[in-house]
Amino acid sequence: MPHIALPEGLPGIRGAMAFRPETAKPLNEIVEVLLRGPSTLSPGERELIATYVSYLNDCHYCQSSHGAIAAAHLKGDEDLVKRVKADFQHADISDKLKSLLVIAGKVQRGGKNVTAEDVADARNLGATDLEIHDTVLIAAAFCMYNRYVDGLGTIQPQDEASYRERGKQVAREGYIAVSKTYLPAEAIAR
Amino acid sequence: MPHIALPEGLPGISGGFAFRPETAKPMRELAHILLHEPGSLTPGERELIATYVSSQNDCYFCQTSHGAAAASHLGGDQIVSQVKADFQSASITPKLKALLAIAGKVQQGGKRVAPEDIEKARIEGATDIEIHDTVLIAAAFCMYNRYVDGLRTWQPHDQTMYAKMGQHLAEHGYRTPSR
Repeated sequence: MPHIALPEGLPGIRGAMAFRPETAKPLNEIVEVLLRGPSTLSPGERELIATYVSYLNDCHYCQSSHGAIAAAHLKGDEDLVKRVKADFQHADISDKLKSLLVIAGKVQRGGKNVTAEDVADARNLGATDLEIHDTVLIAAAFCMYNRYVDGLGTIQPQDEASYRERGKQVAREGYIAVSKTYLPAEAIAR
Repeated sequence: MPHIALPEGLPGISGGFAFRPETAKPMRELAHILLHEPGSLTPGERELIATYVSSQNDCYFCQTSHGAAAASHLGGDQIVSQVKADFQSASITPKLKALLAIAGKVQQGGKRVAPEDIEKARIEGATDIEIHDTVLIAAAFCMYNRYVDGLRTWQPHDQTMYAKMGQHLAEHGYRTPSR
């Protein structure tokens, strides 16, 4: 049972967002820009960063939902998502993405852990300032979303198939569009 | 020097915000709603939660700027120092102490929050929305703090600048830049 009276039938962050639509709006806007907005990193790559950080933070709902969204962007390759979580250095991803995942992992433990060498490594592998910025902010933002979801004791289904279906929908339509299916109508109109 | 080429002369998060206005807008809006808009917790109390979490995350810019905003709301910085050092013996309400205990757990990780922590806050009169906002303020500052330190932003040690910034934040909130 959640720590507070969240609307029933909405798993994970959706229940929290429906409880407080005022904060749901910027929360959805942040993730929409970071994970789906115009970028030289593909949506699949950015979802992998979000999934990896959520895995490090041990948030079941977030790593399952973003893992499913990542897989949907990556031609359904759920094995790749699993490999990134287990050992990204040996996953079939670019060296640039590996260096960005190193930075994301450092941010997850605390911003000060990111070193000039980490950033130089990423740059040598072709990462731009904007890609480094967005990696730091994706990692930081998921340290927020993960704590929000777990800190309220939200309902987190164990059934993988439900995440797969939602993952495809979010990959297709986006966070803000899908939020209209669970946020109260008056909050969307604002 | 920051890890990436942030606009010069902008301290802390303002450098990150100026570098990437697309993410700055909703990040400012979130802080504005959580800390500045009317709520049953006073803006001073909410700034204390933000300051405490930023201090636990050891983020100099965030704990100093939000500490200054809290001091501006509360008419002095004595309570701010007490809360950072040992909130249980600070001159604040038992309800705020119970909420700070929840915020401290969230800072360590969301799963640390126990039903007993929630129960304690409820007994002291905390409502569901106050508990929700405490969890989200603590979670959000785990983002802002990591953003500010993870980019290695410029964090000057100029108390006059922070006092001015705190006063601006206390009066106008977070939607527009303070300088």
